[in-house]
Amino acid sequence: MPNRNLGPIFVTVTSMREGVITATGLVKSFGGLVAVGGIDFTVMPGEAFGFLGPNGAGKTSTMRMIGCVSPPTTGDLQLFGLDPRHDGRTIRARLGVVPQMDQLDNELTVVENLLIYARYFDISRREARSRATELLEFVQLSERANSKVEPLSGGQKRRVSIARSLINDPDVLILDEPTTGLDPQARHVLWDRLYQLKEEGRTLVLTTHYMDEAEQLCDRLVVMDGGRIVAEGSPQSLIATYATREVLELRFGRGRNADHVADAAEVGERVEELPDRLLVYTTDGEGSLATLRNRNIVPDSALVRRSSLEDVFLRLTGRTLVD
Amino acid sequence: MATPAAVRIAERELLLYRRIWRENVIGAFVQPFLYLVGVGVGVGSLIDDGGDRAAILGETSYFAFYATALLATTTMFNTSQEALWPTMDGFRWSNAFRGMIGTPLEPRDLATAFLLTFGGRALVTSGGVACVLALFPSTRSLGLFGAVPAAVLCGLAFAMPIAAWTGSRDVDNTFPAILRFVVMPMFLFGGAFYPVEQLPRALEVIAWFTPLWHAIELCRGLVLGGVDTGSAVGHVSVLVSYIAAGWLACTIVFDRRLRP
Ligand SMILES: Nc1ncnc2c1ncn2[C@@H]1O[C@H](COP(=O)(O)OP(=O)(O)OP(=O)(O)O)[C@@H](O)[C@H]1O
Ligand SMILES: [Mg+2]
Repeated sequence: MPNRNLGPIFVTVTSMREGVITATGLVKSFGGLVAVGGIDFTVMPGEAFGFLGPNGAGKTSTMRMIGCVSPPTTGDLQLFGLDPRHDGRTIRARLGVVPQMDQLDNELTVVENLLIYARYFDISRREARSRATELLEFVQLSERANSKVEPLSGGQKRRVSIARSLINDPDVLILDEPTTGLDPQARHVLWDRLYQLKEEGRTLVLTTHYMDEAEQLCDRLVVMDGGRIVAEGSPQSLIATYATREVLELRFGRGRNADHVADAAEVGERVEELPDRLLVYTTDGEGSLATLRNRNIVPDSALVRRSSLEDVFLRLTGRTLVD
Repeated sequence: MATPAAVRIAERELLLYRRIWRENVIGAFVQPFLYLVGVGVGVGSLIDDGGDRAAILGETSYFAFYATALLATTTMFNTSQEALWPTMDGFRWSNAFRGMIGTPLEPRDLATAFLLTFGGRALVTSGGVACVLALFPSTRSLGLFGAVPAAVLCGLAFAMPIAAWTGSRDVDNTFPAILRFVVMPMFLFGGAFYPVEQLPRALEVIAWFTPLWHAIELCRGLVLGGVDTGSAVGHVSVLVSYIAAGWLACTIVFDRRLRP
């Protein structure tokens, strides 16, 4: 078994206090383009840590540095107390990686994909067989074991990728947008599996641009925008800090939303104007709506909901997360 | 019990090869057989009856002259193609090589594994040609056992530098040109059809620098006799230099490609 039992004891002990992953002033540039512009974060053992951000925020660049397949331009990065620059092989032996784009062998069968990947970790063929069987069961693909990867659905391929990433029994699992492009049902199946991995005590590092995914899975997350971290905390604390308890969404119809920004501001703490609606941040959505109606201001439609990370993101960057 | 990384990567290739081995092995016989009958026997009978043959080829029949070159040329064509599109798949299309280096494997291990996988393909190809040559009395010789490894070196001398090229490409639009303007001219001018002394001096000198000419001389000399140890060592050294340079280029290019 790679490392789970044999890993140096002091690493396990110190990492109980220090992070499994620590980054300080981490920068990645490609030529003149700065993809990651100096970020600091610490991932604690056993936690699910998320990177939330829009397209181009630098999430994948960060994941690839953590995965030791992309050398940082500057800054310091440590995993398990080791430096990827010198101990890449050792670190990668303890990581499981689910890349943004599946990198499966399309010509091989599902089970062959797992077996050959196990060989890359120098796991014996016999051991690989038994792990592959177990893992395919875990991702509910046992009956597809001998079919080629090519014709599988997106969600099934994703599950093959997850099974494959677990073949070395990794301490840390890195998932780059694990559910992007999947239908809601497939996403829920994946979330359930990821939740189980988290309960097993594995450290999860994941990126997403779905705030519901971040809220469901992450103990702690950072919000990234333009290569920088703009906020950090648990989903609840981020919402508490950057949003109010409730949001009142008002639609006045095309082109008339702007006319009511001032009215809305009087009944809430803050108003965001979007092209199709106004968002009124308030502790009591129904109360604010009632006040507006008393003043004879009647929207075409109104909706009260709880604040989400989407609102946090809007507050921090002035933009919506999914465009 | 640790298995070398390159061997474990080659295991993947073996899994893939298991799906196509029948066609591949049959092709390794049929293709050189057709060439040999078509060009070797046909053109050969025309030339062997002609007046000046003995002055140029000595005791050797044109059939034997051409047939022995096929060991090198067939292997060159097959491994060159292997190093283009199928290799591009791993870097760009399926991204399987990218998946590979997320594990303890390094880009350098992939370059080393290519020596094994292209070498294996070259062995099948040149083995097929050798079996065909063994069918004909004029090319049936123990020297075939030496010529097969020589042809494998020839295959690698093409595959490794071409694989480095492939690894550096974002798209495959230059691949046909590699075959047309690099590989094909060597086939035509590298001494397969006639001794390079027949060429204008400048072209002859160029031919000396191509891996194919060395491989042909080596294969021909081993099968038909007449290669002395000194020149054999020289030919092998040139081929090995091409392979070593190709491997080195692969390690650099693959690292840039897979770990930007
Ligand atoms: N290999 C590369 N070469 C050049 N530029 C790159 C490379 N990889 C990423 N970039 C650039 O770096 C920036 C950040 O990209 P990155 O893929 O890290 O973002 P992301 O947050 O993962 O986005 P997405 O949500 O679209 O996956 C982008 O502008 C991208 O074009
Ligand atoms: Mg990304």
